[in-house]
Amino acid sequence: MSAILAVCEQRGGALRKVSHEVVTGARRLADALAGNVEALVLGSGAVAGSDQLGKFGADTVVTLTNVAFAAYAPEGFAQAIADRVRAGAYAAVLFPASATGKDLAPRVAARLGTGLAADVTDLAVEGGAIVAVRPIYAGKALLKVKLTGAPAVISLRPNVFTAVERPKAGAAQTVASSVAAGRVVVKEIKAAPAGALDVGEAPIVISGGRGLKEPANFKLLEDLAKAFGGRAAVGASRAVVDAGWRAHADQVGQTGKTVSPTLYIAVGISGAIQHLAGMRTSKVIVAINKDKDAPIFKVADYGIVGDLFEIVPALTDAVKKIHG
Amino acid sequence: MKIAVCIKRVPDSETRVKIAADGKSLDEAGVKFILNPYDEFAVEEALRRKDAAGAGEVVVIALGGAAAQETMRTALAMGADRGVLLQTDAVPADGFETATALAAELKDKGWDLILCGKVAIDDSSHQVGPMLAELLGLPCVTAVAKLTINGATGVAEREIEGGVEVVEFPIPAVITADKGLNEPRYPALKGIMAAKKKPLEVRPITLGAGVIQILALTPPPERKEGRIVGEGAAAVPELVRALREEAKVL
Repeated sequence: MSAILAVCEQRGGALRKVSHEVVTGARRLADALAGNVEALVLGSGAVAGSDQLGKFGADTVVTLTNVAFAAYAPEGFAQAIADRVRAGAYAAVLFPASATGKDLAPRVAARLGTGLAADVTDLAVEGGAIVAVRPIYAGKALLKVKLTGAPAVISLRPNVFTAVERPKAGAAQTVASSVAAGRVVVKEIKAAPAGALDVGEAPIVISGGRGLKEPANFKLLEDLAKAFGGRAAVGASRAVVDAGWRAHADQVGQTGKTVSPTLYIAVGISGAIQHLAGMRTSKVIVAINKDKDAPIFKVADYGIVGDLFEIVPALTDAVKKIHG
Repeated sequence: MKIAVCIKRVPDSETRVKIAADGKSLDEAGVKFILNPYDEFAVEEALRRKDAAGAGEVVVIALGGAAAQETMRTALAMGADRGVLLQTDAVPADGFETATALAAELKDKGWDLILCGKVAIDDSSHQVGPMLAELLGLPCVTAVAKLTINGATGVAEREIEGGVEVVEFPIPAVITADKGLNEPRYPALKGIMAAKKKPLEVRPITLGAGVIQILALTPPPERKEGRIVGEGAAAVPELVRALREEAKVL
């Protein structure tokens, strides 16, 4: 019987939704290998929402508690997880490829002396071996790899492994962890302004480029985002981030974020290759641009050619009518 | 300040990816290669730290084929003092092998800081920096967009979903650089001329096989062809109808 370890993520004592995706991915591997899923949560005490992990396919939910685990403690977390893995016989260890997971997974892999398949978008078992698909060159190509490590260490791209309800026992177990917090200490989290969604996590992303002419005109996109009732984030092309109009955290593309929202609206963005790479996996793409030959229309499902300063306010009004 | 910067030669972000005949790698014909953009932030930060300290050395380390020397000259032209190329036939698919080779080169040399880019824009594995730190037993902060160092203590800011994490750590440490850390300089002509004479040591190495075996490299699935729904604000009702009734996303 092979066990799959699904390392979950919490912030402020509450489980993050991406944990459901990791347990879902782990369940898929466990079913193919006739194994069990152990969901692993690290916290200073009980973590709200960890009792829901059984619903997504966790056979057991183990909470490692340590006073140092209230916030992310990179070295403490890495040691506690590596110790747990060494003490068990896991076929695979899965992480979310979130900001924290991207920091944590390589540390754990290195402590285990093995490689990491990062930011994976598909997972399967073929001929008894775990195979994974990773987008490389920012999604311009897909690399299929076979993982021969024991365990296989993998991080899953957020928003790709749609959480599926596959109820299992979810038997809860709490284990006190005695590891030291480590030398790298999170002192504070400066939260983004209330209501601001992260471009990488929002179900709707509205991105602007040079066509907006000046930074103040991003207000048009912010108004449209608001019309979607808190489900939309405003993104930006590299050109406007390099010009200092928008923060790098909002940049979509090969040197920014790769996003896969349900709806992506590109406004005044011509569609440089490096931008298309970052958003081409969106479910539905809408492009608004004055140049009918702009490359963005080649990947768009729906396009409107014309003046964005007329089109965007009209779209905002129409969306308000639906959601208002 | 004695600083090492790990850098990588990668295809330019405007590259159109063509798969090679082996079905497992990039067809490099006609591809322009650059210094990984996140590594540029790392090189720039190293140069500024050395200048601020008034003394020290910035050494760039790369792992890859002979062609990586050209990329290393770019970092030397920016102002790095010398380079070491760990020469291999190819960069391995398993980042742990890269980190192991870099760690062997960097260990016990008294670095104050080791800087890397947060991710290479080709294989997007974002792992070599933190793995290297673990192998060297050094503290590490990844994806740093702001860095302050006071004596033996560093404070870094890194972006997380919906916020910014403020992290404190002791020096020496491994830091991986995100965009926003600084504005990298362009190599000046004088720097480019000087770089030709700077020491660049080439050392052939042999890597382990690793645990990640490439099966295939394929193009992403084509998006089905879309359509222009119309021109100007008059097309908005048709767009909204299509998003509601066809795409079902509104």
